Amino acid sequence: MNRLRRTLLAALALGLARPLAALAAWNKDAFGAKTPGDALKSLGVAGATPSKEVVIDAPEIAENGAVVPIEVSSAVPGTTALIVVIEKNPFPLASRFDFRDGALPYAKLNVKMGETSDIRVLAEAAGKYYSATKEVKVTIGGCGG
Amino acid sequence: MAAGPMKMRALLGQGYTDIRVLMNHPMETGQRKDPDGKLVPMHFIQNLTVKVNGRTVVDAQISQAVSRNPVFSFRLKGGAKGDKIEVSWLDNQGESNSTEAAVA
Repeated sequence: MNRLRRTLLAALALGLARPLAALAAWNKDAFGAKTPGDALKSLGVAGATPSKEVVIDAPEIAENGAVVPIEVSSAVPGTTALIVVIEKNPFPLASRFDFRDGALPYAKLNVKMGETSDIRVLAEAAGKYYSATKEVKVTIGGCGG
Repeated sequence: MAAGPMKMRALLGQGYTDIRVLMNHPMETGQRKDPDGKLVPMHFIQNLTVKVNGRTVVDAQISQAVSRNPVFSFRLKGGAKGDKIEVSWLDNQGESNSTEAAVA
């Protein structure tokens, strides 16, 4: 009786642990996608509404594509994630940030850009997506070499 | 190049805490060639986690498009001096590292 109970509890614990593990795992399909559309599809993004509340701070011209500083944030209430897509990179999805209670939807990072491209940022709030784009001109690409 | 040490500072600002973290990592894209013309295999950080007093607040997945020796900034709502911040990463070759700092 006790053993059965333990087995059932263990099975239940395993079942609960799995979705959590999946959440933290690296999304191989999305990051391996070669077009922005495929990457977003793999992330489960069906469509996004353009929004001025999604802010991208990036240089107009980046002399060195190996280090392009970008700052992304969202003022959309209830933003829980920010997705950064560099449209013309060989693998367009650059990052996905999930913010839990306690963190502001904000990130600053340096990215590589192979060529001049639009950077598209999507904010997720209550299952809906809001987006903004900004073009960055690259003088020297930063992916090959 | 193996992954080296990390550096972090967390400062209390006006109503938020600013976290800046630097990681030593080659972030190889798999497209770069070494001097002998051979492709350098992909080697890049995939997961990045920020914890405050043991609780996860930012869970990031990143690609090889993040620059070498990544520097990230994050912001926390409020915060207090002495809060313990922990940042850890995991790369595609199973290497990992973490660092801790108290909010100043």
